[in-house]
Amino acid sequence: MTGPGNGTATAPRVTLAQGVRQSLTLAWRTLVQVRHNPFELTDFSIQPIMFVLLFTYVFGGAVAGSTDAYLKFMLPGLIVMNMLFVTLYVGQGLNTDVTKGVFDRLRSLPIARWAPLAGRIAADQVKQAWSIVLVLAVGLILGFRLGSPGVPGVIGAAVLLLAFALAFSWVAVLVGLLAKDAERVQIFGFTSLFPLTFVSNVFVPVDSMPGWLQGFVNINPVSKLADACRGLMLGGEVAEPVIASLAWALGIAAVFAPLSVRVFKRKI
Amino acid sequence: MRKGARLMGDAILTEGLSKRFGDTTALAGVDLRVPAGTVFALLGPNGAGKTTVVRVLATLLCPDAGRAEVGGHDVLREAHRVRQLIGLTGQYASVDTRLTGMENLQLIGRLLGMPRREARHRARELLDQFGLADAGGNAVGTFSGGMRRRLDLAASLVGRPPVLFLDEPTTGLDPRARSELWDLIRRLVSTGATALLTTQYLDEADALADEVVVIDHGEVVATGTSEELKSRVGARTLAVRPADPARVQDARAAVADLTGAAPDVKDDLITAPVGDAALLPAVVRRLDDEGVLVAELTLRGSSLAEVFFTLTGRPAEDGAGGGQAGAA
Repeated sequence: MTGPGNGTATAPRVTLAQGVRQSLTLAWRTLVQVRHNPFELTDFSIQPIMFVLLFTYVFGGAVAGSTDAYLKFMLPGLIVMNMLFVTLYVGQGLNTDVTKGVFDRLRSLPIARWAPLAGRIAADQVKQAWSIVLVLAVGLILGFRLGSPGVPGVIGAAVLLLAFALAFSWVAVLVGLLAKDAERVQIFGFTSLFPLTFVSNVFVPVDSMPGWLQGFVNINPVSKLADACRGLMLGGEVAEPVIASLAWALGIAAVFAPLSVRVFKRKI
Repeated sequence: MRKGARLMGDAILTEGLSKRFGDTTALAGVDLRVPAGTVFALLGPNGAGKTTVVRVLATLLCPDAGRAEVGGHDVLREAHRVRQLIGLTGQYASVDTRLTGMENLQLIGRLLGMPRREARHRARELLDQFGLADAGGNAVGTFSGGMRRRLDLAASLVGRPPVLFLDEPTTGLDPRARSELWDLIRRLVSTGATALLTTQYLDEADALADEVVVIDHGEVVATGTSEELKSRVGARTLAVRPADPARVQDARAAVADLTGAAPDVKDDLITAPVGDAALLPAVVRRLDDEGVLVAELTLRGSSLAEVFFTLTGRPAEDGAGGGQAGAA
C-alpha cells in the first residue's frame, strides 16, 4: 500500500503569511547577491551619476543656456529614466535563475508559487529607492534645489516612481522569461528604453522637435512621469501628469501582468 | 518542520507516465514502483527520458498522461504536499552561484520555515558533513565542479527529506570527485531515505542502487536488481584479439564456449559479455591450450552501449540526436 508513514505529516497548502515571508527571504537573497558582485552596484550607482554629470556639463549650456538651468529641467526626468533601467534587473535576475536552474530548485521547494517573482520585485523596489536617493543627492550637490512643494513633494515623486516601477517590472519579467540569456535582456533594455526615454521631454523641450515627433512625445509615459516629477519637486502642474502617469502604470500592469503570469506558468 | 522522516510502502509510484515535447516522445508510458527506503536507479543514455521522469516527480513538469505519486500524494493534485517530502539535486536544479555556499543553504532553510538560528546551524552542519566548511564563505562561482555538486547535494538535504531525487549527480566529474560523491550518497541512504538516481553509467547504478530500471526512448526496457541485470547482460566485457588473424574463428569458438554468449567480432577483436571475472584465467588457459597467440586480452566494465545492445538488440543512440529531449 502507498501512504505516508510516521513523522511525515504535510500541510495541504502555503498560507499567505508564509508566502510573504518566503518572498522577503528571496528578496534578501537578491540583495545579498549585490554584496558579492560589486559590479552590479557600480552598474546602478555609477551610471546614473555619470549621466547626471555628462548631461549637465556637456549639454546644459547648449540646451538651456546654463548648466544650472538645465540641471533643474533635466534631473527629474533623469530620475525617471534611471528608474526604467533599474527595472531591467528584475528581468535579468529572473532570466539567470531560469537558465541556470536556480528556479527549478526553488520550485521544487514547498513555497508559494508567486514568492520567487514577488521576492525579485520587492528587491527591485529597494534598488529603485536607492537609485532615486542617489541621483537626487548628486543633483543637490551640483546645485539642484527643490521648489515650493519641498520634501513632501519629493516623497510624493518617489512614491509615484516606485508605483510606476512596480507596473513596469511586469514588462521586465516578460522579457526576462522570454529572453534566451541575460545579455539579451540587457540588449532589449538598450534598444527599447533609450528611444523611449530620449523621445520624451526629459532632455530637451518638446517644441524644439518636429511636429510628427511631438505627438508621440506628448503621450509618452516617460514625458508624463517627468512632468509629474517636475511638478512635485519644483512646483507647477501636478494633477494632470500624475493622473496620466498612474493611468499608464495601470494600463501597463493590466496588459503585461497577465501576460507574464501566463508565460511564467507555461514556462514552468 | 520536517524531521529525518521515513515513508512506508511505496515512496514513488508512476503509472503510464507519458510526455511529449513537440514531435519528440520523452516518455511513452513509464511504470515505476520504488519501495520506501531503497535506492532506485534509472539507467539510460542521453535523451532516454530520465530527467523528464524526475521533473514530473519533483512537480516541475505536468505529464500528458498517466499519474505519479510521491509518498502517496499525487504530484499534480497535491503538489505542495509532495514538495514537502522531496529533495532535488540535478543538472537543472542548481544553487545560486552569486551567493556563498553558506548563504545558499541558509536560504533554503529559511524558505523551509526554519528560524534564522536553526537555518544557520543546519547550513553549518551540512557544510561540515560535505567537506565544504572551509569554502562555505566563498561565492559558489569560485567552487570546483566537485564542490558545486557536493553543495547541490547538500542543498537538497537541508529539510531532511524522506525522498531524494539525484539527477545524474556525477556526470562530468573526475573519478576522484565521483567516488567521493558516491560515498556521500551511500551514507545518506543508509539513514533510511528513499533515493531515485538517474545515471548514464552502469557502474554507478551498480555501485549505489538496490534496483535498476533501464529506460530508452521513454520506455522501460529492463527492470531488476543490479545483480539480475548483470547476469542478464554481463557486467563486464571480455575482449580478445588473436595475434594471427587466421585464428580469429578458433578464438571466437573458445570464447563462445566459455562465456555461453554469442561473441561479437569486429576488426579481429572478439568481444563478449561476461558475468564472472573468474572466467578470465579460464580463457587464458584455453587459448594457450589451443595454441592461439593473443595480441590483446582485456576484461572491462560493460559500457552502457553494450548493455543496451544486449537488452534491446539495437545500439543506444548517442546524446547528439537527443537534443532537447535529452535536456528534458
